Amino acid sequence: MEAASATAETPAWRANLATIAALMARAKNEILRVPGAAIPGVLAPTIFFLGLNGVFGALTQLRGFEVGAYESFIVPVSMLQGAGFTGAAAGVNLARDIEQGWLDRLLVSPAPRWVLLAGTVLAASLRALIPATFVLAIALPLGAGWPGIDGLLVTYLMVAAMAAVAACWGSMLALRFKSQSAAPLMQSGMMALILLTTAYAPLALLQPWLADVAEVNPVTEVVEAARQGFVGGVSWAGTWPGLVALVALLAVLGALALREMRRTNA
Amino acid sequence: MPEESVMDRHLLPRSEVAGHSEVRTNLRVVQALGLRSIRQTFRRPQLMAPIVIFPTLLLAIQTGGAGGAVGLPGFPPVQSFLQFMLAGAMMQSLMLAGNSGGIALAVDIEMGFTDRLFAAPISRYTIVLGRLAGTAALGLLSALWFLAIGLIFGATIEGGVPGALLAIALVTVTAMAVGGIGAAIALRTGSASVVQGLFPLVLVVLFLSSAFFPVNLMIEPARTIAEYNPLSFIAEGVREPIIAGIDATDTAEALLAVAAIVALGLVLSARALRHRLRVG
Repeated sequence: MEAASATAETPAWRANLATIAALMARAKNEILRVPGAAIPGVLAPTIFFLGLNGVFGALTQLRGFEVGAYESFIVPVSMLQGAGFTGAAAGVNLARDIEQGWLDRLLVSPAPRWVLLAGTVLAASLRALIPATFVLAIALPLGAGWPGIDGLLVTYLMVAAMAAVAACWGSMLALRFKSQSAAPLMQSGMMALILLTTAYAPLALLQPWLADVAEVNPVTEVVEAARQGFVGGVSWAGTWPGLVALVALLAVLGALALREMRRTNA
Repeated sequence: MPEESVMDRHLLPRSEVAGHSEVRTNLRVVQALGLRSIRQTFRRPQLMAPIVIFPTLLLAIQTGGAGGAVGLPGFPPVQSFLQFMLAGAMMQSLMLAGNSGGIALAVDIEMGFTDRLFAAPISRYTIVLGRLAGTAALGLLSALWFLAIGLIFGATIEGGVPGALLAIALVTVTAMAVGGIGAAIALRTGSASVVQGLFPLVLVVLFLSSAFFPVNLMIEPARTIAEYNPLSFIAEGVREPIIAGIDATDTAEALLAVAAIVALGLVLSARALRHRLRVG
């Protein structure tokens, strides 16, 4: 926080960047000092990957399921789930900071509100790469297809951006309810958003009601973009809808979170 | 009323009257603690969510996402995938109810509430039983909730009212049995975060059972593990009255599996209680 209280000569943008970096460093320190706290976020998507693969692996026998290995189909979903859990955890941590009075101290600092939010959101984005990498490391030896460097980059981009979306959602709820009790809402909201898509099966094989929901759920495009390298080739046509969906989600949820942050008084 | 006249009226020896009174006191303690446990769960959304919200969400998603599985060769004849999945949702809910009960007991230990109960002139086992009664009640509510959801969305209960009652009873006693293991871990560790850390393990045990899919269609090694997992027997015991009708063999196997979990929970709880009383 030293950089944030820099002298008046320090350009505002540099002070803002320093504040964001300090908040991200704080989030990193949490992982290093309490590594056990990161375990549930890593374990949950891994268990979902192994469990769903073991349980629903036979779905590839259905006519219309064009993918050879269910591992390849489900691994990007688990990586995105990890991003969802990590983003929601950022919201829970913010709620804890509110309960313990830490946010009050940040609010009386000269840092703009958007900077405080950006620190939380960007930290979640980076942190989401840990469960994603762990799930991938488990999935590849088990038979998931190698997505190629381009496929991997697209998947990681989707994961990082999805974590930012989840962090905005979690932060909005944390600032609204000011209590860690809102954690289930943060987690279940993200879980629903990610799984009410083509997560389990291609669109044509979903039950009609879920197919209708998946078609209007923007995260379906994110799932498809993250999946393309694992089940085929990467193309711009398969990537841009996911990017547009993420930008739209970030714009909406980011604006809502920022509004809550501006309404919050120290 | 003098004690003598009470004994005269009931023609019971003094020790037996005292025994009756003790049993009644213990029952009242169990009832009070059980009601407290239920109220606690309803007041804290973080305890209610795993029991109702997550399993309902997963039920909807899995039914919609993997509903085509009923067309796979080897899938048991069912009216719909929702009908098949109701037992899985109940199993998930009761397992998480047991885990939530353990977390709540650990929180009581951390906050010193359990110490106050230990100092009270009541049987120590009633403290655990009270918590388990609350968990059983939540299991009952969960069974009713998922059966209602199933009926609302068109699933039929092939076993009729007796089948539904059997499924409800099995879910209730299994919730209590699983809660016994959660309580034992809470008493042993006295730490809510440790019990909460078992949440992923609960999911693992559940995925490695036939709760969500027929064993014969699962992928190895999940298939082999599921064949021997006691939860698979209970899941089948709950599922059979829903998808086909009451089957004596499935019911007996489910009851045996529940008895095994109860026995394990009792042994672990008794040892953990002794440990807790020793260390304070």
